[in-house]
Amino acid sequence: MRPSEGAIPLLQARALRLERGAAVPVNGVDLTLPGGGVTALMGPNGAGKSMLLHLLHGLIPPTDGHVLWRGRPLDRLGRRAQAMVFQSPVLLRRSVAANVDFALRSRGVRDAGLRDGLLERVGLAGLGRRPARALSGGEAQRLALARALAVAPDLLLLDEATGRLDPASVAMIEAVLIAERAQGTTILMVTHDVAQARRLADSIVVMDAGRIVGDGPARRFLDAGPRAVPPPETGMRRR
Amino acid sequence: MGDLSAAFALALDLVLSGDPALWEVVALSLRVSLTATALACLFGIPIGAALAVGRFPGRGAVLVLVNACMGLPPVVVGLLVYLHLSRAGPLGFLGLLYTPTAMIAAQCILIAPIVIALSRQVLEDLHAEYDAQFRSLGLGRAAVVWALIVDGRHALATVALAGFGRAVAEVGAVMIVGGNIDHLTRVMTTAIALETSRGELALALALGVVLMALALGVNAAAQGARLAGARHAAV
Ligand SMILES: Nc1ncnc2c1ncn2[C@@H]1O[C@H](COP(=O)(O)OP(=O)(O)OP(=O)(O)O)[C@@H](O)[C@H]1O
Ligand SMILES: [Mg+2]
Repeated sequence: MRPSEGAIPLLQARALRLERGAAVPVNGVDLTLPGGGVTALMGPNGAGKSMLLHLLHGLIPPTDGHVLWRGRPLDRLGRRAQAMVFQSPVLLRRSVAANVDFALRSRGVRDAGLRDGLLERVGLAGLGRRPARALSGGEAQRLALARALAVAPDLLLLDEATGRLDPASVAMIEAVLIAERAQGTTILMVTHDVAQARRLADSIVVMDAGRIVGDGPARRFLDAGPRAVPPPETGMRRR
Repeated sequence: MGDLSAAFALALDLVLSGDPALWEVVALSLRVSLTATALACLFGIPIGAALAVGRFPGRGAVLVLVNACMGLPPVVVGLLVYLHLSRAGPLGFLGLLYTPTAMIAAQCILIAPIVIALSRQVLEDLHAEYDAQFRSLGLGRAAVVWALIVDGRHALATVALAGFGRAVAEVGAVMIVGGNIDHLTRVMTTAIALETSRGELALALALGVVLMALALGVNAAAQGARLAGARHAAV
């Protein structure tokens, strides 16, 4: 189904705030993903990108504000329509294939062909029988992506999903993401790689110190000059 | 001293020659303790998993109670089971006193707290690690519990072995509810106690050797489970 159908946005965050002790990792974020396309979430270390993804995925309750999924409060059902690849993926103590099977079965699907296809797409064909915990960092990340794709999400949240990949694998995964977008999957991806954002993103959101300090169509940010991502003070108006 | 070495030689002979009286006792020991362990795991592991995953009022109190019961003296468990199964007791009509079934029940009750408490601990650590991923997948409670048990299988095998080790080595509970009846409820530990008191050191020692060998075997198996677990847990 095309997520962009109708006027209701796929995902909306309103005045999201997250406090952790004295820290405020997310400090009043308003964000709308209308549905469709790739949004790159950028910003320095500690900006609050990972925390924002956790909030948007409903994994932690916000201190204030709320998340709407298709216009209604996000619940477990809404979360099941999303998938997330964590910054440090946690793999099950099973074989590579069994990790994907586990995600498929969580959606009531038993299909070895589908699983092998997913492993092939992320370049792990032939590694199906390895213990997943024995994979290299990059392989583990790709398996985490295969597992996320296994649930056929409407929204794919990626937290630096290509952070540990070699250039060839990055190209392979980017091709997978482009194909996913073409099928109507909405993608919100955290990346520090401006070139990657230029290759993939339709729009950019920039965070700093828990706030969104800029957002807009990718071209406006990335073609602005060599200083691709604007510093906070030149950030665009917040939504 | 000579007595002892003679007894030891005789004991080894009994073990190696496969003395039928000896093996009858060993076989019953294994049957009772393995069954008790299997039963304790069958409900103890899911309870431990539920305690690891669930958050409900009174959970803390339950944990304290279970932990306290880990140290139950076997004679006390034996006594409690005896009171229930004796002719005047609430379950006396079953006629189970002085049967292997009663011994299985007593050992099961004895080690169930161990299985529950240890599996809770193992699975709670695992749950902390997997929680975000499982909630991301939107798993229900039962699916989470099952996945934890599957992924904790190596550590749980160690838990089961710990339970079995305690069951097979205890003497108080089986003595009270089994009665140490020859050919019927005599197991290794009660036989050792009896033969020693009768001065039949050879048979007692022979059984002691088998019990020690069993303990070693259990430890080796636990070590194997740990190694297999480490292979899958590798980062
Ligand atoms: N439990 C916590 N207690 C205190 N501070 C926290 C806690 N969790 C997160 N933070 C802080 O929130 C801030 C945002 O963290 P977050 O992981 O979202 O950053 P990020 O933008 O993803 O950074 P990176 O690019 O390094 O992944 C950090 O400064 C972090 O230290
Ligand atoms: Mg992060």
